[in-house]
Amino acid sequence: MTAFFQSLGMTYEWAWFVATLAGVLLIALPLMLAVAMIIYADRKIWAAIALRRGPNVVGPFGLLQSFADGLKVFLQETIIPSAANKGLFLIGPIVTFTVALLAWAVIPFGPEAVLADINIGLLYVLAISSLGVYGVVIAGWASNSKYPFFSAMRAAAQMISYEVSIGFILICVILYAGTTNLNDMIEAQRGHGFGLVNGFFFNLLLFPMWIMFLISSLAETARAPFDLTEAESELVAGYQTEYSSMSFALFWLGEYANVLLMCALNAILFFGGWLPPLNVDLIPWFDIPGWIWLFAKIFLFFFIFSWVKATVPRFRYDQLMRLGWKVFLPLSLLFVVLISGWLMFTRYGVAA
Amino acid sequence: MIQTLAFYLFAFLVIASAVFTIMARNPVHSVLWLILAFFNAAGLMIIVGAEFIAALLVIVYVGAVAVLFLFVVMMLDIDFAELRAGFVKNFPLGIAIALVLLAELVLGIGAYRAGAIELGVPDGSAAPLMDRTNIESLGAVLYGEYLFLFETAGLILLVAMVGAIVLTHREQPKGARGHQNIGKQNRRRPDEATEMKRPEVGKGVEL
Repeated sequence: MTAFFQSLGMTYEWAWFVATLAGVLLIALPLMLAVAMIIYADRKIWAAIALRRGPNVVGPFGLLQSFADGLKVFLQETIIPSAANKGLFLIGPIVTFTVALLAWAVIPFGPEAVLADINIGLLYVLAISSLGVYGVVIAGWASNSKYPFFSAMRAAAQMISYEVSIGFILICVILYAGTTNLNDMIEAQRGHGFGLVNGFFFNLLLFPMWIMFLISSLAETARAPFDLTEAESELVAGYQTEYSSMSFALFWLGEYANVLLMCALNAILFFGGWLPPLNVDLIPWFDIPGWIWLFAKIFLFFFIFSWVKATVPRFRYDQLMRLGWKVFLPLSLLFVVLISGWLMFTRYGVAA
Repeated sequence: MIQTLAFYLFAFLVIASAVFTIMARNPVHSVLWLILAFFNAAGLMIIVGAEFIAALLVIVYVGAVAVLFLFVVMMLDIDFAELRAGFVKNFPLGIAIALVLLAELVLGIGAYRAGAIELGVPDGSAAPLMDRTNIESLGAVLYGEYLFLFETAGLILLVAMVGAIVLTHREQPKGARGHQNIGKQNRRRPDEATEMKRPEVGKGVEL
């Protein structure tokens, strides 16, 4: 994009600046729109599974429901509890929202369509997603109220626990791809299964890793059945209890942006990102732009997320901890050893 | 130009947040300022081209260590009067440490003024690392040249971890309150947990 702005007669520095700014807006604004629509989709899927109609009043098929909700929330009064730690109380939702947007900088939407094509792409995503917990913890503490505080404690413990196994799963994928650049990782998946299918998903050693990654991403984004941070039967509304108006909306937007990010990571790491699923040129298969494939995959994973939300009852907190530390951690550690052994044996030679 | 600006921005923020870390009255604010300092330190690492170290700094320190700090500090019940009561008692020790630090600063600046030390000419063994990415060169150094030290460090950490677990682990007797048999819980089926009764009208249910 820098070249395009240079052709308009700008110097390189200005062209780079304008191009980066345009790239940021080109990702952030559609992302906001996507979040609005994905909340609608979530409610529709959930309703369909519960044999209800879901939102169907505002706009055709209720499509504008999220915007109506957003507008309503925007017009409400922002209430700050008098005993709250005012500065931190307001910083909490801002942190959640900002961090949820930050990680999208390295997500590749096509071979060239990535804002920051950096070498440590995956590590950047891991670093940013580990920051997400601060928004919740700060909000829970600054509210100066029991239930938000319990919720913050739970969120901190839960996210740290599942980040450990997510880290090991990512190491397995990095070992196979031999790079941490997200675009190169997608390229490494081209024709991974007998030159026919694109994606690490079809690898027998990585398939169990994907299942664990999917479950861990549910836990990492605190979606059902791991939504113990906002378990309404125990904690009122969790860390959001004292929030109202826009500060509440920022939590929602951030949460769903995080969910979308995790869906995108599932697609990129295990299902070949912007590559078509099959490496065979059946129909004008490769002429379909990459971002359409990526969006289709993201939506598929989001459907799985909603499906799980609608059908699975909530975990108990000790079950959640047990799953993270006693099941996922040893399993993923075992697979790191297995996969590195297998790669040593097949790819790098035993003598090395 | 941009590098210089970014350097001064990050450096200023690191020092400012470090100052606020020790000046803040509330320990939670202290930890949050510390996190900001970590973050800007990562920014400084990126400026010198060590992006892998920067990512690690954020993942390990900001993402894990500081969260645990915050986790503990949030639960503290802070009594400010008690905090100030220790001031007079610890004053001499504080002064002593400040004097030592001051002496180190003076010595350090004096040594810097005296000129560079002769370290010899580099023999070129580190040169081939230059054209590789951060991760590759770090891997080559850690798993090649310093393999023994690296693995020893790993072993020490493992022993420390096992020690911590042994110190805090308490074996629960079987059948004690709170003891859970996960396999038994998972094997449980609806027909052994619930019972369907169809009582006639006017009669109660016998349990």
